[in-house]
Amino acid sequence: MTTAAPQAGARQRFHSIRRYPLFRRLLLIFGLPAFLVVIWWISSERADSFFYPALSDIVATFAPTWFEGRITADVFPSLGRLLAGYGVALFVGISLGIAIGLSATLRSFSEPVLEFLRAIPPPVLVPILMLFFGIGDAMKIVVIATGAVWPILLNTVEGVRGVDEVLRDTARTYGLGSVTQLRTLVLRASSPQIMTGARQSLSIAIILMVISEMFAAHNGLGFSIVQFQRSFALPEMWTGIILLGLLGVGLSIVFRLIENPILHWYRGQRQSQRGG
Amino acid sequence: MLEVEGLQKIYRSAAGDTEAIRDLTFEARAGEIVCIVGPSGAGKTTLLRCISGLLEPTAGRVTLEGEEVVGPARGMAVVFQEYARSLFPWLTVSQNVELPLKEKGLDRKTRRQLVEQSLEAVGLADVPNSYPWQLSGGMQQRVAIARAVAYEPHILLMDEPFAAVDAQTRADLEDLVRDLWERLGITLLFVTHDIDESIYLGQRVLVLSGRPTVILEDVKVDFPDQRDQLTTRNDPEFGRLRAHVYDLVQEAKRGFRPDAEAESGASVSTS
Amino acid sequence: MATAVPTTAPPARQSSAKQKRARNFSVNRTILGLAGIVTALAVLEALPRVGIVDRRFLPPFSEMAVALSERVQTSVFWEALGNTLVTWAVGLSIALISGILLGMIIGSVGVLRDATASTIEFLRPIPSVALIPLAVLLLGTGRPGTLLLVVYATFWQVLVQVLYGVQDVDPVARDTSRVYKFRFLTVGLRLVWPTTLPYVMTGFRLGATVALILTITGELIIGTPGLGRLLAIAQESGQVASMYALVIVTGVLGVLVNLGARQIERRVLHWHASIRRETAS
Repeated sequence: MTTAAPQAGARQRFHSIRRYPLFRRLLLIFGLPAFLVVIWWISSERADSFFYPALSDIVATFAPTWFEGRITADVFPSLGRLLAGYGVALFVGISLGIAIGLSATLRSFSEPVLEFLRAIPPPVLVPILMLFFGIGDAMKIVVIATGAVWPILLNTVEGVRGVDEVLRDTARTYGLGSVTQLRTLVLRASSPQIMTGARQSLSIAIILMVISEMFAAHNGLGFSIVQFQRSFALPEMWTGIILLGLLGVGLSIVFRLIENPILHWYRGQRQSQRGG
Repeated sequence: MLEVEGLQKIYRSAAGDTEAIRDLTFEARAGEIVCIVGPSGAGKTTLLRCISGLLEPTAGRVTLEGEEVVGPARGMAVVFQEYARSLFPWLTVSQNVELPLKEKGLDRKTRRQLVEQSLEAVGLADVPNSYPWQLSGGMQQRVAIARAVAYEPHILLMDEPFAAVDAQTRADLEDLVRDLWERLGITLLFVTHDIDESIYLGQRVLVLSGRPTVILEDVKVDFPDQRDQLTTRNDPEFGRLRAHVYDLVQEAKRGFRPDAEAESGASVSTS
Repeated sequence: MATAVPTTAPPARQSSAKQKRARNFSVNRTILGLAGIVTALAVLEALPRVGIVDRRFLPPFSEMAVALSERVQTSVFWEALGNTLVTWAVGLSIALISGILLGMIIGSVGVLRDATASTIEFLRPIPSVALIPLAVLLLGTGRPGTLLLVVYATFWQVLVQVLYGVQDVDPVARDTSRVYKFRFLTVGLRLVWPTTLPYVMTGFRLGATVALILTITGELIIGTPGLGRLLAIAQESGQVASMYALVIVTGVLGVLVNLGARQIERRVLHWHASIRRETAS
């Protein structure tokens, strides 16, 4: 009993399914998802309801719906707008965040206004921005950018504020120029916070991409799904929902792949601190 | 080499002024090791920051090699106490050492040579591609020292560099510093709160008073340059110096000041 | 625990000076912040008046204020605000309760945690707005449709935080409780819950904001009664100043939700910390 205790403690702390042998690992990773799909398959087959098309129908509809033209006509434009808007949000958020983070005066000056702007639920920007930019790509990109910029901006400000003072002094005593300081000190030191903000912003950007297309568009994922819904093309609508889900998951995987090398040092440092 | 004349530092704020340093004058000759000791809160770090150009003095001036220090100077390197916070955790050991050299505009070959030599000199030739956080505290401080050495400064400032490492590592690092100083012929200004360390390392020990800081005494340490942890520390002269500096620091803690305003100092020390 | 408490009190003179300095600093900050707000409003007023921005798109701030004061006098506005708040509160509550319960159960049982990890990682990034067409078809344009979106989006925020929290339980304390053969319920209430509470509060704070965003989104797009639908109606009838007035209202609502959630978090955790200190001594 007592000899088993520390082992159990270690297991709790370094919790990971990596400790299992391969077969159990595969079972743990794919077991529940497979089970859920089977349940869905069987229940939808039997349901015989208009709103719950059989999963077999949905799967059969998937390829004809998306891979015969729609992928270039709808999916790529959506992704393009998403990346453009998100890119603008990243650029504006990080550069403004650094400026505000470095200046205490600017920070006090802008804080209440930023707190207010951040609190506005981003979707209400769609009708406002439609006034200025119509319903074209520009509107959607601006909507995505203005909604997604806040988490990046505010986290960057926090990150820049938190840059270690000793590290700043070190950079100054070795005469590092302002460009070098920005690149090798400020940006790197605040990268954990910037990445946290960027991750939050990514999910906001996807939401806004869909919403802006549901509002008014000629093409796009959100537009297609709403079209399917209005024409009661249920299996197609379901494929759209699944595709959006896959897109969300895929982008979050891509994000992690980009994040890992950037934050490699941070995770290592934290782990070594925790390990003693 | 380094002259500090009438240095005064007052921290000003809307709520009132705090005088950290009142009047400091001393000089360090080229190639000398000068240690600075004082009771905690004696403004040692403030002094070092003023000398290094990180902080602007309220009055007086710091001159390095004939030029007044107004910002971090080229011929000067600083090793901070907080080794874990003074190394860039996103750069490897060799990148940490190389970064200031890049900024100096040295070419790749010279840089690589300097990095290798300095890591070799501090005994870290085998871990150039590790990250600082993968190393022990003592090793991290060695990296910081290697970075300072590679920068080829004329004067090296060290701010309680070994306060956060264990006793054995500390002795090793003290010998490393003596060794580097001898080999490179640089001037060394070493701030510490450890009396033994100041005598073991220094050729002179400046004892500071409590706040607002002035110099209590400039103690000469007459040991040969070849020092050794055992024999030097067991020398009767070492014991005599230690007792003397210890008395001075105790006096400083009690609020003794050589200037006339001893009373104002006394009220500070009651805390 | 005791080592975290500073053992030496700073001299009184110094601390009062520090306080004064801090107060001065915060006065400065307040003045600067007010200046920032005034500047923003002045810019909003000036841009359309000078003609840099078309006032059909951006009316001067004074017109927004007039529209807002007119709106505030109508019962339609207050009804919509009430509807929004009810949808938000109900959605947030469902998400909180289900997230906490499921999180505690999944987090406490190792096998469950390992088996659900991949599914959670997959479902979480699915954008909730993907469910909009489904919500409309299955639940209609009333409150239930919007609630589906709100609960789905908020639930993951809460669940993930609770899972982090349960995993954060001190292994030594867990072993101790095992050695003394505490019952499952005792362990849950005395050990897991207190450790998890700060994480629950983080989930609550994040969830409150997400729930508000999705509530307004549902009203705006599905047409569920509330502020979002008022905004959609204002847009369709071309009442630009009213649109801005409603955007300002949603922004104020967002600020209040943020501040309120932070306040509640501080209260709850303050209570939490003091209880812990009492039991520790």
